[in-house]
Amino acid sequence: MISMLDILTSDLLRYPLIIAVLIGLTAPVVGTYLVQKRLSLLGDGLGHVALTGVAVGWLVGAWLAATPADLLAIPGALAASVIGAVLIEYVREISHTSRDVALAILFYGGIAGGVVIIQLAGGTSQNLMGYLFGSLSTVTRLDTVIALVLAVVVLAIGVGLSGLLAAVTADEEFARASGLPVRLVNVLIAVMAALTVTLSMRIVGALMVSALMIVPVAAAQHLVVGFTRTMRTAMVIAVLCAVGGLLITVYVDLPPGGVIVLLTIGVYVAGLIVRSVRGARRTTPVGGPGPAAAGSAPLPARGASHP
Amino acid sequence: MSAVAGPVVEVAGASVSRGGQRVLHDVDLRIEPGELVALLGANGSGKSTLLRAVVGVLPLETGTTRLLGRPVSQGPAHDRLGYVPQDSAEAGSIPATARETVASGLLGARRWWPSARDPRVDAALEAVGMADLAGRPVTRMSGGQRRRVMIARALVRDPELLVLDEPFSGVDLPTQDLIAGLFRDLSARGTTLLVVLHETGPLTGDIRRAVVLDHGRVIHDGAESDRPRLDPGHGHPEDAAPLDECLGQEIHPA
Repeated sequence: MISMLDILTSDLLRYPLIIAVLIGLTAPVVGTYLVQKRLSLLGDGLGHVALTGVAVGWLVGAWLAATPADLLAIPGALAASVIGAVLIEYVREISHTSRDVALAILFYGGIAGGVVIIQLAGGTSQNLMGYLFGSLSTVTRLDTVIALVLAVVVLAIGVGLSGLLAAVTADEEFARASGLPVRLVNVLIAVMAALTVTLSMRIVGALMVSALMIVPVAAAQHLVVGFTRTMRTAMVIAVLCAVGGLLITVYVDLPPGGVIVLLTIGVYVAGLIVRSVRGARRTTPVGGPGPAAAGSAPLPARGASHP
Repeated sequence: MSAVAGPVVEVAGASVSRGGQRVLHDVDLRIEPGELVALLGANGSGKSTLLRAVVGVLPLETGTTRLLGRPVSQGPAHDRLGYVPQDSAEAGSIPATARETVASGLLGARRWWPSARDPRVDAALEAVGMADLAGRPVTRMSGGQRRRVMIARALVRDPELLVLDEPFSGVDLPTQDLIAGLFRDLSARGTTLLVVLHETGPLTGDIRRAVVLDHGRVIHDGAESDRPRLDPGHGHPEDAAPLDECLGQEIHPA
């Protein structure tokens, strides 16, 4: 029987555990903005593109005779997903009608590029399985360091600038009229999604990374109200599910990505039930104070905030 | 009184095309500090397009727009602008509370960290009678309540220019009176207001100047009492909006 002490002292398990916590903290932060922008499938598209990056990294690694052969897989995934993210944001901006098509091309092109390039690198599509579905045994110290750096960047932007990012994603027209840097924010969110995909794919897998961005946010929406509380609750749910799912796979031979995602879906269903029960117990009146309650306070004082 | 010396809004020769079709033709508009101006016209006449061009949301094909003395593309002028877009519901799918929504109005080109606990947020919610619902998600509010929250989001910036797109749309009569009273107070304090309206409604008597658009062109810019009106037989005697819907009917000055 593996004890908690074994987990914490063994590099084989400690590194995945650290990455699981980082995924749990970062994925819902990015997911909150993607859900708000109604771009829930962006993470999926970027996951597929990251596969092409893995294969390119492998190809370059083979060319440089790197050891192990997939030494450059994660840096390759990082580069490919960031380029893909910026590209999809550009397409989204110049053409509002072809968003779905652009995402579909990302999906298909990413996975097709991955299997073709991995073959050119002398590998087979089997080499991609660990990246598609996640694997504990492939996590290295370098992966952990890269994940830590990416997580710090994502949290610094996603939490540090949450007011700005929330305002732009909630109402882009108002944000533009207010002089907010809308284009910069949209690119930042896309790049954050790319960084999160890269740091998550080792454990959760490229095919399921998007679930950890979206499902905890959807679950949190059943439990709390407000943008900030939704984001914080989703982070708690995702950390618990990522760590819990990982620990389950330590004792039971199951793919970690699948277990983690199933746990988040379990929380989502539980949240749904909680909300239904709450709704049955009390009916929330839509009405509030009428106009008669207004105007008792003076208007905000003029001039205090003007530059 | 306003701190602006020159015109608050200065649009010259503005044309806008959308989807390859020109929807605004060579429009000139100049609004002085403290004015309350109504922008009237039929559906599709170009009112919202002109408004969005004024606040810098839509790029011009030709012409220029200056806001509070600066080109609209420059950031600082936006900090002194309050804008209420046509759609009152926030576009996102995560329901922000009224307090969070109003706090986002404190953001600007160089202010990226709003605080929902800023006392100005509560003051703005209080001014529109929504203080008691500060913690409620805007998506769970009625249309009129959402409209009031969006107006509070514009007011919290303490704007010198307030630009509103159909603030009375979907709002019941008592709330319309509340909002109209708010506009009167703001106007009396020197705030410049540019309001898109279908009909002058509760602001009848307050609006001195009306700009009427038809097919993307200004067909009247002057006293509200002199604006073109439809034939009373049409059934909308006070409403300049159906101009476009009643093509072929004679339009004549009142």
